[in-house]
Amino acid sequence: MEEEKDDRFFQIMSNRIVDNTVREFGELMISSLTEDHDTYTAKLNDFSVQIVHYGWSISFVLKALTNFTEIIYEKMDDVENLDEGNFQSYREILNNWIIPLNHSIVDAYSVVWEKTVSLQKIALQELSASLIPVFEKISVMPLVGTIDTERAKLIMENLLQGVVKHRAEVVLLDITGVPVVDTMVAHHIIQAADAVRLVGAKCMLVGIRPEIAQTIVTLGINLNDFTTTSTLQKGVEQALALTNRAIVEVEA
Amino acid sequence: MNLRSSVDIITEWDIVAARQLGRNEAKDVGFGTVDQARITTAISELARNIYLYAGKGKIEIRQITDGNLKGLLVIASDKGPGIADVRKVMEDGYTTSGGLGAGLPGVKRLMDDFKIETVLGEGTTISASKLLR
Ligand SMILES: Nc1ncnc2c1ncn2[C@@H]1O[C@H](COP(=O)(O)OP(=O)(O)O)[C@@H](O)[C@H]1O
Ligand SMILES: [Mg+2]
Repeated sequence: MEEEKDDRFFQIMSNRIVDNTVREFGELMISSLTEDHDTYTAKLNDFSVQIVHYGWSISFVLKALTNFTEIIYEKMDDVENLDEGNFQSYREILNNWIIPLNHSIVDAYSVVWEKTVSLQKIALQELSASLIPVFEKISVMPLVGTIDTERAKLIMENLLQGVVKHRAEVVLLDITGVPVVDTMVAHHIIQAADAVRLVGAKCMLVGIRPEIAQTIVTLGINLNDFTTTSTLQKGVEQALALTNRAIVEVEA
Repeated sequence: MNLRSSVDIITEWDIVAARQLGRNEAKDVGFGTVDQARITTAISELARNIYLYAGKGKIEIRQITDGNLKGLLVIASDKGPGIADVRKVMEDGYTTSGGLGAGLPGVKRLMDDFKIETVLGEGTTISASKLLR
């Protein structure tokens, strides 16, 4: 393994872990020769999972395996004098061991990656788009983060369901937390507002930062059909006015 | 000075990576928040067009100088279907995908300089730059 030596790697990994791995690797090699297929496969999978757990990069591990295979061929040539006759059978033995090993390692990595991605997707969905009733007839949907096609759909669904459920008359879409408003995001917002109108409520766009306002205008997107405000607070005030209410100070 | 970096556009999330890179480069050059938003949005439009119409391609970002002025050059290139009528796609509202059709004309207005090279069946390269004034 030291062949592909990455200095940082050996600084981070303790000698104990490196020694352990080397020993387990050796045991695995012996297991492939002496034990039955199922036992070997089980040990192999444990080994791969362990490697992934250490956090080594997959390219490092695969390079190490390739180098190791090359060294074995060299050594076999030294010791056994490979020739046409025996080469085939040695190669078969080696392949039976090294190919499943490669596959198992790649599988172990991709399982972890797939799991990470799907967990992050769930985390993102949980963050996305819930409609919060703040006053009677008034609800707010705070949007935070990047809006991709999938999230846009979710926003639309939650918005329409929420409007009906909370009997909202005014909905405030708060885009304070949306980093980029390009034509796709604008398009989704416009469609959402149209849909809200169809179920009998009014949609306001709030939290438009100055730089976003300028970009929207430069893009040539027409938001004239919208009531827009720079802050959520102003939006709530206007929404109250629309529903014939106001927040007033009372004397103590 | 000719620092360059690029992002391959293959999935929808690469669009986010491209504009993140653009924002960082724009900050690095010294652009203010409004210009950062303009540049980031322009990159978002170009990257999404690659994703939608060409399937895959690349966004390259270079820091440039013009006389005493520093700036940023964005190059969006793909080997997609190309654009048949360049004049048409530069019209506000022209879209073949049911979008807003404001992307390309918008990018032209967001940036200082804008150029399309396209060959039907071979691909499209769009360069757009902005100088820091
Ligand atoms: N990279 C590209 N390759 C091929 N066609 C493109 C490309 N970029 C844009 N187009 C075409 O130009 C049209 C206008 O693009 P754009 O102004 O971004 O609006 P929209 O994406 O909303 O349709 C698109 O509908 C598409 O037909
Ligand atoms: Mg577009």
